[in-house]
Amino acid sequence: MEAIREHQGVAVPLDRTNVDTDQIIPKQFLKRIERTGFGQFLFYHWRFDDDGNKREDFILNQPAYEEGSVLLAGENFGCGSSREHAPWSLLDYGFRVIIAPSFADIFYNNALKNGIIPVQMDEEQVHQWMKQAENEELVLTVDLENQIVCDDNQDVHFDIPAYHRENLLNGLDDIGLTLQHEDKITAFEHAVRA
Amino acid sequence: MGKPETLVEKIWKQHVVHHEPEKPDLMYIDLHLVHEVTSPQAFEGLRLNNRKVRRPDLTFATMDHNVPTKNRDVIQDQISKKQMDALRKNCKDFGVTLADMYHPDQGIVHVIGPQLGLTQPGKTIVCGDSHTSTHGAFGALAFGIGTSEVEHVLATQTLWQKPPKTLNVHVEGDLGTGVTAKDLILAIISKFGVRFGTGYVMEYTGEAIRNLSMEGRMTVCNMSIEAGARAGLISPDETTVEFLRGKPNVPQGEAFDEKAREWLALATDEGAEYDETVMIKAEEIEPQVSWGTNPGMCVPVSGSTPDVHESDDVARALEYMGLDENQPIQSINIDHVFIGSCTNSRITDLRKAAKIVEGHQVSDHVRAIVVPGSFGTKEQAEKEGLDAIFKSAGFEWREAGCSMCLAMNDDVVPPGGRCASTSNRNFEGRQGNGARTHLVSPEMAAAAAIEGHFVDVRQFAANVYS
Repeated sequence: MEAIREHQGVAVPLDRTNVDTDQIIPKQFLKRIERTGFGQFLFYHWRFDDDGNKREDFILNQPAYEEGSVLLAGENFGCGSSREHAPWSLLDYGFRVIIAPSFADIFYNNALKNGIIPVQMDEEQVHQWMKQAENEELVLTVDLENQIVCDDNQDVHFDIPAYHRENLLNGLDDIGLTLQHEDKITAFEHAVRA
Repeated sequence: MGKPETLVEKIWKQHVVHHEPEKPDLMYIDLHLVHEVTSPQAFEGLRLNNRKVRRPDLTFATMDHNVPTKNRDVIQDQISKKQMDALRKNCKDFGVTLADMYHPDQGIVHVIGPQLGLTQPGKTIVCGDSHTSTHGAFGALAFGIGTSEVEHVLATQTLWQKPPKTLNVHVEGDLGTGVTAKDLILAIISKFGVRFGTGYVMEYTGEAIRNLSMEGRMTVCNMSIEAGARAGLISPDETTVEFLRGKPNVPQGEAFDEKAREWLALATDEGAEYDETVMIKAEEIEPQVSWGTNPGMCVPVSGSTPDVHESDDVARALEYMGLDENQPIQSINIDHVFIGSCTNSRITDLRKAAKIVEGHQVSDHVRAIVVPGSFGTKEQAEKEGLDAIFKSAGFEWREAGCSMCLAMNDDVVPPGGRCASTSNRNFEGRQGNGARTHLVSPEMAAAAAIEGHFVDVRQFAANVYS
């Protein structure tokens, strides 16, 4: 996983609650056996009509948001299936940060494993940024080390568990870390079998 | 006597490998279930790092999401085939047992785990699938994980986890005649919303839960994730023990009775405290039908769709679903019926649906399919003649798999099609691009298949319930 300390980018307002992983990456695209190349299928049925033409009214298809890399969304982002293809598609499309009032548990974990920062922020603040981003270009900077999101006028604090923050900052390989405890795992296995 | 403990606390204590303050615990995983869709990248990760599967003996794989449910001799979909071939190769290379598409143990991973007795009280169980919560019905701590965590468990047989907060979902009283476990869980999600369980492990308690069969308990726990909870479980009791007695992977004879005593001791102690408790009265629950695009958007079958002005979400959902506001549920015509999925494809589900269907014909504008949850379930149903009942009524009788629940194989609802489905998710496009899903119990789905629209199964099949 690539380390991430700070990220600055254009905010894309996706004003919907309960965005489920079936919308983020529809099932017909889960058959690939690689981790890459999923960005083209992100929000597929919201981005494209039945004939594969772009839906001009969908936020990601509007020219102002083409370079967007910070996604603003409503409550319970990423609910539904455990498919890690959801963060893979967001990352591959270019999103490094998702800001929402709440996240589904499994998605939150999956995002962290892929170097995406899930920023949990109170609903009023998210809503304010959404309105702003709908009307003008909004650039947000996420400083993970100091746990703040900055716009032109303010720094807003956010919480993220320390353990996850460290892993993101250092781009650590979880499995490598765990295997440092291999003697304990082995001891546990012997104790259970005894 | 120590402090009274919940089932979750007891399981947790037994599985901590390593603990440090301010950090998640390193938890041991007793059973890792694997399927073809969320595992290929994990096995590839092992290869790239020269790692092995630490405990192939605690790992069990099957193929369920992609498999065709008819004409299995030739797999038409080449990309699906590639994914299934990858699982075959991965299991062979890494020494993992696989219930292949043609194997008698094949089926939906959450149906075969319990059937084979792999699922047991007190175990920690994971799978790269959010409906892993199903196994909580046995008093196991079972939850879905992403592919990175699948790789982590394959390599280390552990996961880093924070001790979860506990939420007691207490169901007072008992369910009325003709009201099922599916109606109960839909009513719970409808009452408390699709995110009330986020951050919690839910334990279901109360008389109605105690009176459910193991299959009913699996239906309830299966949909915990639709309420936001990664895991939902039920304390083991005699019903749990009797279900497992004689199953292939449990101890046999006296050793079983000894094991059963250990299992029963895991039940939540009298007086144990939960972080939160919610209550619902079972008597007030009617058969449920979902009208919208998440599982919380449900009403009783006697009800109507909501007012369009309630919220933007309601307006958007009604539009997607092609429904009017305040439209009576029983006026909604359907053209597809799907009886199956890890929520409702077990033998008791099929028996109950068959009872409703017997002596009737599927409405001529409805295409109805029954997809048993496993090869074993299908065999049992055929032994009991259930297949004949379904087929003579006009249902298609298929091979086991996830099928039309998520339409990764050929079992797809066409754009604009409307399906009464016993599955767990009514998200936009879930059963096919543009497809409209209504979640119901197997009995309600069976009655809808015959009438061509939703009806109250308690009236439709009054003779069955008398």
